[in-house]
Amino acid sequence: MAAKEKNKTPKKPLVLFVKEEKEPLFSKKNRALMSDPLNDNNPITVQVLGICSALAITVQLKPAIVMSVAVLFVLAMSNVIVSVMRNLIPNRIRIIVQLVVVAALVVIVDLVLKAFLYDVSKQLSVFVGLIITNCIVMGRLEAFALGNGPWKSFLDGIGNAAGYAWILIAVAFFRELLGSGKLFGLQVIPDGFYSLGYVNNGLMLLSPMALITVGVIIWIQRSKNRKLIEKN
Amino acid sequence: MSFLRNKVDQLKKPFLKGAKYEKYAPAFSALETFLFVPNHTTKKGAHIRDAVDLKRTMITVVIALLPALFYGIYNTGFQYYSQLGEAFTFWDAFLHGAIKIVPMIVVSYAVGLGIEFIFAILRGHEVNEGYLVTGLLIPMIMPVDFPLWMLAISVAFAVLIGKEAFGGTGMNILNPALLARAFAFFAYPTFMSGDKVWVSEALNVDGISGETILGKLAAGKELSYTAAEMFSGAIPGSVAETSTLWILVGAAILILTGVGSWRIIAGGFIGAALMGLLLNQFPVNALLGFPWHQHLLVGGLAFGIVFMATDPVSAAQTLKGKWIYGILVGIFCILIRVLNPAYPEGVMLAILLMNVFAPTIDHYVVSAHINRRKKRLIAVQNIKTVS
Repeated sequence: MAAKEKNKTPKKPLVLFVKEEKEPLFSKKNRALMSDPLNDNNPITVQVLGICSALAITVQLKPAIVMSVAVLFVLAMSNVIVSVMRNLIPNRIRIIVQLVVVAALVVIVDLVLKAFLYDVSKQLSVFVGLIITNCIVMGRLEAFALGNGPWKSFLDGIGNAAGYAWILIAVAFFRELLGSGKLFGLQVIPDGFYSLGYVNNGLMLLSPMALITVGVIIWIQRSKNRKLIEKN
Repeated sequence: MSFLRNKVDQLKKPFLKGAKYEKYAPAFSALETFLFVPNHTTKKGAHIRDAVDLKRTMITVVIALLPALFYGIYNTGFQYYSQLGEAFTFWDAFLHGAIKIVPMIVVSYAVGLGIEFIFAILRGHEVNEGYLVTGLLIPMIMPVDFPLWMLAISVAFAVLIGKEAFGGTGMNILNPALLARAFAFFAYPTFMSGDKVWVSEALNVDGISGETILGKLAAGKELSYTAAEMFSGAIPGSVAETSTLWILVGAAILILTGVGSWRIIAGGFIGAALMGLLLNQFPVNALLGFPWHQHLLVGGLAFGIVFMATDPVSAAQTLKGKWIYGILVGIFCILIRVLNPAYPEGVMLAILLMNVFAPTIDHYVVSAHINRRKKRLIAVQNIKTVS
């Protein structure tokens, strides 16, 4: 009887929230969580994640912005949810649990878009659904949310989504402006230019140009930010 | 002469080390070398492994380009006047072509060299001579009436993304001149293809139109040119790529001076001929039935193989690799021409594709060589141990 009890491992107490030392909501560390992904640790230009959607939906500004907002919502919410559950999730099935969380959020986004922004939802087509497989989302869940509290995870999600968003919007700005002479679907290049012989650049509408635009952004970023250059 | 030397030395003072305009020294030295041959030669770079320096190589290529360029200038006028049905002399035609083409060359050099100068100053290296060839090639492979501002953008794209992004002359993966053309082709397709761009003023004058031979074949129209015309180059096309005859003169200059690789040139023609011969066996439509020997004469095939595929930076480097590279360029060129209805001409895409694969070809050639020698070594060792 006594031996039996010895073998029994003591039951782990269920921990939902780990008490951490008090830290102001926007301490320097927390602010770094938000600002780091904008430049030094940008998910697209430094980690080169989530490239596929950046190539596919940056022909125009509007879908790019909607996509950015969608990713912002999914990334922040899934980071918080997974972070809350992080001590409950068995390690071996954590990917499945994360996927379920992300997929549920993406379905919500998809339905909201279909209900309120039908035309944009048509333009984005499969790429809303593909947020589930967006490497940025999975990467942040794995690398951050599983090891940090909900508030920090929330900030991290917002920061990374913003880092993703500004690249997306910058690329879409140049592609729409140079490719079709418009911004948000409104013509911004005056008719006078066209009558002088200006022609929109058709290559900008093709996806290789998105890759090249991202490449140029990386080039400029690296020449400005010496921290990013690898030492070998 | 010493007067000029002194004058230049005086001007040079503020650009010397430690002086006021030290930063702009590369720009000054580039201009200085136009007047005086510098007493130093190219030291590093993938360009050439010989005593000849980069400058002489590049000037040789420019000289080899001149026959085709002059014929292209004449042909521009020739096509224009003969389409209009007006009487004209040689000089009328030449003048008309020169008015069209000289501005293109000026714009190409101004934009390209401007960017090269800026990067040379930013990076603190010398201005390279590489652009002398590229800058002449780009106008030669564009349609005559290609708007100058589009040309400027294409040149800027090719130099910035094709060359400077990779580290400048000698570091590019793709041939910059072809990259400029590919950019123009995809960005402004209406100015780069169709039946209204190949003859001077065809966009503005109703009486003039003219498709390239390949365009006509792709559209299933009757051909009105003889093989002799195709060879001499009196046909519509991009500025200076029509005349196989004068391109071959350029090829001879390149091969005799050892600047261009005869293996790539020969491989290219052989590959194209074989592929043409193969496709001739299934003459279902006009393009498939187009005789293989005429494939070698029309379009940019000859120009591309002689002047673009031989670019020492983007081509394969090993001797065997050059054969493989050349033959594959020829094969892909004819394949794209005949079997892809969207692109009547294929040599541009074929060379760009093989540019990407050139390092792979070299890698396998070198590793096959290493393996062969290893086997030989093992065989020798076995003999020794047996005896």
